[in-house]
Amino acid sequence: MTPDRFPETVADDFPSPPITFTDRNDREIEVRAYDGSEQEHDALATMYEAFDPADRAQGIPPGGAEEIRRWLSTILEGDCYNVLAWHGDDVAGHATLVPAYDDAESFELAIFVLQEYQEAGIGTRLIEALLGHGQAADVEVVWLTVERWNHAAVSLYEKIGFETADAESFELGMSLRLNPPETE
Amino acid sequence: MKVLLGIGGSDDSLRALERTVDRAVAAGDELVVAVLENPDSDRTPAEVAEHVEATLVDIDADIDVEVRLVEGDPGSRLVDIAEHEGFDRIVLGGGQTSPMGKITLGSIAEFVLLNAKTTVTLVR
Repeated sequence: MTPDRFPETVADDFPSPPITFTDRNDREIEVRAYDGSEQEHDALATMYEAFDPADRAQGIPPGGAEEIRRWLSTILEGDCYNVLAWHGDDVAGHATLVPAYDDAESFELAIFVLQEYQEAGIGTRLIEALLGHGQAADVEVVWLTVERWNHAAVSLYEKIGFETADAESFELGMSLRLNPPETE
Repeated sequence: MKVLLGIGGSDDSLRALERTVDRAVAAGDELVVAVLENPDSDRTPAEVAEHVEATLVDIDADIDVEVRLVEGDPGSRLVDIAEHEGFDRIVLGGGQTSPMGKITLGSIAEFVLLNAKTTVTLVR
């Protein structure tokens, strides 16, 4: 599941959160690293409870409040990196890096933007902030899989600099190097 | 019903084995387990076949299950066997889960889903 190899070229520097900007619908959005507080956890769970099941990808986010909390507990804890896009007190989007089971240097990436905040330029800022956050924390490489018919997501990842690593199945594998390999 | 279970040794295929044997016992299905050469699996076909036999003993299933080693391209061989031997259903593991929780279908399941003329069950 984890790609066999990653790009050798290191990506440019990404901006670290916090980042503030006005989206294409004139909303003030702030992207911040998740602080682990109960308040932020609840606001994020609320976003996923409102999430349109039609935008589910490869089984996530799960449906139902309990399933959502169980899933969030695995990706908000441990060695994961999370950033949230805020519109006031509401979470508009979430991006996360989760370490591979067997490889401490590679992280799986996913990003979700709530329906009413889509197509407003938030996804690009959110993913850049996540990558900046990971880069600053010495994450070496990130990878993801995306359904190949999800053109909006694929072109976002390509714009950011992701390279296609595996194009032979329903899901496209893509990866990006954030930091040079650690020298022995 | 005549059921053909394909397993190549990935974790999801081993889970599918237990569930399918349970189901076969409950429903009185005729079950053939095809051990496939899955390039994505760390376990050899011989190891997988051994695991299948041990599982059948563990479950103490009161049915006859044929275990068959199938060489060659796993997806196409499975579809071929199902069609030539009159199986009603092909059963496969329903995919691995990534660290993030994403479901990723295996290459065998992809081929079988697109090509089988029988019903296909993916065990989750």
